Amino acid sequence: MDSEGLHLNIDYVGSSGIILSPEQKAALQTSLVILKNSGKFHRVYFWGKILGVKDDYFIAQGVGRDEMENRKTFYSKDCVHWGLLPPATKAMREQSKLAQGRFTGDPSYEFEHTEQKKSEDGEEAGEEETITIKEEDRLSSVIAEIDEDVKIVPRSAFIKTPDGKINANRSFEGLSVSESAKLCSYMHFRDAICLQEKSLLQKANLDKAIDFMDTLEEDIPKGSWSLQFERGSGLVTLRSLLWLGYVFYHVPGTHMYGSCYVGNGEKNLDLPFML
Amino acid sequence: MTDVNMELNINPKEQQFISAKSYLLTASTDTGLNLYDHLSRVLTKVLDERPNNVVDIFEDVSKDSKRSKFTSDVDTVRDKLDQSTEVALAKVQEKLFAKEGGEDNEPEESEELETPLPNIMELCFFFEQAGIGLNREEMIRVWLALKNLVDTHALSHVRFWGKMFGTEQNYYIAEVEYRDGDEEEEEEEEPEEQQEEEATDKDGDEEGEEEQEEDDTPKPDFKPPPEIPKEENKTGTNKKTYFVCNDPGKPWTKLPAVTPAQIQSARLIKKFFTGRLDAPVVSYPPFPGNEINYLRAQIARISAGTHVSPMGFYQFEEDEEEVDDEDEEEEREEPDEPEPEVGPPLLTPLSEDAEIGNLPPWTPKVSSKLIPQYAISVLQSNLWPGAHAFAAGKKFENVYIGYGHKYNMDNYNPPQTAPIQEEFPSGPEITEAEDPTVEEENALRNAQQEAAEAAEEMEEAEEEEDDEDN
Repeated sequence: MDSEGLHLNIDYVGSSGIILSPEQKAALQTSLVILKNSGKFHRVYFWGKILGVKDDYFIAQGVGRDEMENRKTFYSKDCVHWGLLPPATKAMREQSKLAQGRFTGDPSYEFEHTEQKKSEDGEEAGEEETITIKEEDRLSSVIAEIDEDVKIVPRSAFIKTPDGKINANRSFEGLSVSESAKLCSYMHFRDAICLQEKSLLQKANLDKAIDFMDTLEEDIPKGSWSLQFERGSGLVTLRSLLWLGYVFYHVPGTHMYGSCYVGNGEKNLDLPFML
Repeated sequence: MTDVNMELNINPKEQQFISAKSYLLTASTDTGLNLYDHLSRVLTKVLDERPNNVVDIFEDVSKDSKRSKFTSDVDTVRDKLDQSTEVALAKVQEKLFAKEGGEDNEPEESEELETPLPNIMELCFFFEQAGIGLNREEMIRVWLALKNLVDTHALSHVRFWGKMFGTEQNYYIAEVEYRDGDEEEEEEEEPEEQQEEEATDKDGDEEGEEEQEEDDTPKPDFKPPPEIPKEENKTGTNKKTYFVCNDPGKPWTKLPAVTPAQIQSARLIKKFFTGRLDAPVVSYPPFPGNEINYLRAQIARISAGTHVSPMGFYQFEEDEEEVDDEDEEEEREEPDEPEPEVGPPLLTPLSEDAEIGNLPPWTPKVSSKLIPQYAISVLQSNLWPGAHAFAAGKKFENVYIGYGHKYNMDNYNPPQTAPIQEEFPSGPEITEAEDPTVEEENALRNAQQEAAEAAEEMEEAEEEEDDEDN
């Protein structure tokens, strides 16, 4: 969620168990302002927390005008000093999937993953390959994966300009109550994957400036989002069941929305069994 | 034409202007608007509001002004929809606050009685320092709902156990202890009696069936595993009673006691809660009960595994065997015979908890590193993510906020299905034979008829012979 007004907005996700202590809030208010200034970002978002065994990481993201392109991720252990995370390359992400278990809380820790390769003739003892994955890289990959899988925004909150840039829609007034009850009013904030597969008839009804992202209705498995109204219809909370701990909130009728992840940083692969 | 204009002293430029303006004033055939009025409205709006970078949002302003002409009909419907849900919930929650007024009239009496209600605001303050729990307004609502519970039932001890998330709705859970000698016991006896009756009925049916079966049909070899006897009331896992509600302000529902069979099944399955207590739990192995039982079983497991207290807070009373605190369980495999399962003894120190893989089972933390003199200590469970405990001086509390599942390093593997049962072996007593086909039946019937007719003829022939003889 936006760092401006963080101390107020964090209240919206409080019902999902996401709480910052007053000390953390105060520290974040100060340090995120400094971060925004030094990095010359258009906006800084408090992304969330990844809980490690010994210590937690606080994550923030700074974006330029085009929110999808230049995203820089920072992490901190005490909300005051922020370190830049290396951007996640494909190779890093593949490797991080091999590292299992919780984050330890020490950014220089290295996970080891040993693989035994059998030689082609079927002989038994093959070579052992040990791949070491640094916790920093794993952190960066997990954040990139979470963003790609579950980061959502309400429909028409962002507009694609004719030159392809994605800007925040300044005249976004929020979804109505009935719209916010439908999953199709929320879209994944990433390059569209499923849009191309839609039939021409469906595409004709889309507004190209607004509907350039996938909606939540195409998510597999169905039911991997839990949509709940709090305070009557005064607040809509969407919780992802795929990445447990990701919470998105929106106040219908206003332009307030945001999301936050507080969790282990592990994907819930048992989801199909649990539904 | 031009002569007329010349006569009216209109030069060509003005004429162009007039024709342009009249074009702009033509009303659209679809909507009845004309561009002139629309543009003047948009420009007026822009000049009144003076937003930044207006040229970028010009199209939006234009669309808004067009839209605002047509919403008058729809508004009444939309307003009605909005009010129904929000106002309904607000009214339910208003009742929580309304009761306060009644209590104010008799402040003295309430001070004398010890309320079993805990001081939740104080706990909320500590939770907030630790960075766990729910936000303050919600805790106030929960507190008022607990007060409601205390007023309607005679309880000796009440605690906010935690919040369980579900896919459609959430559960707020309160852990209570009844005062000694209460109605609650009678209610629990009835279901026990019913279960005993059902058990005897089943036995009776089975015996009856067996007698009725003919000797030929094989008797099933299957004996259901012996039913694990329930614990006595108010001991072990059923020491405390739990109430749940979906939202503070909604009525509290009491959860039934948990049976060992339910806990065993709950260990084997992993399912999300939906938020409806009567929802069926569809799983393999089949869970004996609905969501209300599954919820109770998970609460029992979590309480047993994560309720902790500072060392030395509780002591074993030397005279009696009763102890105040809950025990901590370690996972053990069940032997085939139903021996009662025993966890580690009560009040075992946390350092002896089993590790999960290489993970320590608990993560201790301090709430503030900058001001350590006033910091409180926080414990987070790694085995049950969402279970927290804090301790500050003599005050401590446990809470659970989460989805209600254990942490598993590897993925969840559903248990294997039972092997296919063998068919009854064919022996000399019983062999399977194919049913005769239609043709064979017909052939048989014809042959029988012929034989019958032949026999009749034979008889008639014999009778005639007899008659002739006579």
